[in-house]
Amino acid sequence: MSEVPESCLYTKDHEWLRLEDDGSVTVGITDHAQEALGELVFVELPEAGAGLGVGDACAVIESVKAASDIYCPVAGEVTEANASLTEEPELVNSSPYGDGWVFRLRPEDAKALDQMMDAESYGRFLAEVED
Amino acid sequence: MTEPLIFEYSSASRQGFVADSDARPNLLAEVLRTDELMLPSASELEVVRHYTRLSQQNFSIDTQFYPLGSCTMKYNPRVCNRLAMLPQFLGRHPLGPVEHGQGYLQTMFELQEMLQVATGMAAVSLTPMAGAQGEFAGVAMIRAYHESRGDEARNQIIVPDAAHGTNPATATMCGCEVVEIPTREDGDLDIDRLRAVAGSNTAGIMLTNPSTLGLFERQIEEIAAIIHAAGGLLYYDGANLNAILGKTLPGDMGFDVIHMNLHKTFSTPHGGGGPGSGAVGVTERLKPFLPVPFVQKVDGRYTWATEEQYPQSIGRLSAFMGNAGVLLRAYVYMRMLGRTGMERVSDFAVLNANYLMVCLREAGFEVAFPERRASHEFIVSLKQIARETGVTAMDFAKALLDYGFHAPTTYFPLLVPECLLIEPTESESRRSLDGFVAAMAKIRDAAYSDPDTVKQAPLTMPVRRLDDVHAAKQPDLVWQSAESGQRKG
Repeated sequence: MSEVPESCLYTKDHEWLRLEDDGSVTVGITDHAQEALGELVFVELPEAGAGLGVGDACAVIESVKAASDIYCPVAGEVTEANASLTEEPELVNSSPYGDGWVFRLRPEDAKALDQMMDAESYGRFLAEVED
Repeated sequence: MTEPLIFEYSSASRQGFVADSDARPNLLAEVLRTDELMLPSASELEVVRHYTRLSQQNFSIDTQFYPLGSCTMKYNPRVCNRLAMLPQFLGRHPLGPVEHGQGYLQTMFELQEMLQVATGMAAVSLTPMAGAQGEFAGVAMIRAYHESRGDEARNQIIVPDAAHGTNPATATMCGCEVVEIPTREDGDLDIDRLRAVAGSNTAGIMLTNPSTLGLFERQIEEIAAIIHAAGGLLYYDGANLNAILGKTLPGDMGFDVIHMNLHKTFSTPHGGGGPGSGAVGVTERLKPFLPVPFVQKVDGRYTWATEEQYPQSIGRLSAFMGNAGVLLRAYVYMRMLGRTGMERVSDFAVLNANYLMVCLREAGFEVAFPERRASHEFIVSLKQIARETGVTAMDFAKALLDYGFHAPTTYFPLLVPECLLIEPTESESRRSLDGFVAAMAKIRDAAYSDPDTVKQAPLTMPVRRLDDVHAAKQPDLVWQSAESGQRKG
């Protein structure tokens, strides 16, 4: 069973979100997602300053198996992307919730986070899909 | 043992060919090369042995069962190649006057007509050089059609999530927006979602039928009705044409445009990036937009159709008309098979796939859509084995090499986890299919008794597990001599 930290919120597309102290939201892909994708070879990041709507394809992660889009889970403006993934995409594999974060954004409306799954519901969702 | 590169055999003292140093090309002195050509220098025998050994280390349809799903790696009869290589074809210059090439033009005209009949289309152009270019031509024609009617708001192409990755790529390249439609659990398209998204922005839909799940889309007539009622057109991706050859026609299903991979279904060896052919067929209303040139017959004389005659054509896709060798092989193959022969192709392609699917299921493997009959290919999911043993679809693919089988397609389609997409093709005997089932069962047993060994496979090949992450991130494709550090490729 893959790791699902309590500190994050989750989407059905296997992305995680974490509300930071400064009000920004960090986004990455879950342990389950990185495991399903296999070793990553390339990450295409969004640009800081980009305005994103819910469901916008905003990053691309490519593994030896497949290339997949990351969909923006909440509307907002990108404040930072994890530049170290350009050289070391494998950080997403080794530390999906830590050094492997993908981008940060300032949400238009922090209430949008209420729509996300908490660790417990995501865990149940995973149990269903992994079944 | 790995075979050294031809450069590593090189030695100044050995030569297989001596150039005539007195022959001076008629070129200006400043463009003539003065330094040495950096070519390997080896004897004829060394060259022969090198390339023979390389060919022996390769998997090929001539030596192994090659069930690479969605690729139709079937046997290509030698006679097709032999006739395509007749000196009268090889020696024809593409710029020669049509009066000097009436025989070639006639063959191409007849090939166009045979493909029309085989797909239920009104006209065919053979000019696209490969499948991707055929797709591009198809969607470009759909756009041109809408634009000619002043219907310019139609910029959405609907693509099911089971589609080949090339479909959304093609739509994007043609300046369209891709609208993805999910697949239902039974493997058919989610028709309610289709109804919801089809509308005044719909340019068309791209479908492969049977789909990449190896299933025939049962609602195809309803899908066609929905798209046509919305004002859109239907594009048929011919990648899986081998499954329906002689049985049903894309034209009868309601498709308006189709591309055919002649290199896949009609007898050209492929998979090595060699020349292909993505011939396109269209119904009456798309005829004015066909890419030129194609062959027309006027008063018993064959000529090339031009932009002047077809001003609405999407234009030219290459300097001449497609890859002549591939087109000629397709012509010979179709003439040889005839109408009934083509039916036997799909009969046996589908029979072999279903036989193999049932045998694997009886051997205990999980099939992705057990309640459905397979078309020409089917999916095995190794999810449970992977969860229980850690041995993945990729490990199975590598282990199959040790048993003398080329691996099936792995991890595609993306909808099914830990999947193998298996396409046996019509050319295989029951014996080779049974051998494949036995190998799969042995690997499965080994996964439970000795998973570490399976994860090290292949054990008997010239190279073991390749570092595909390293290869993807830092591809090293050019030979560099150790002493000079100089690039010589």
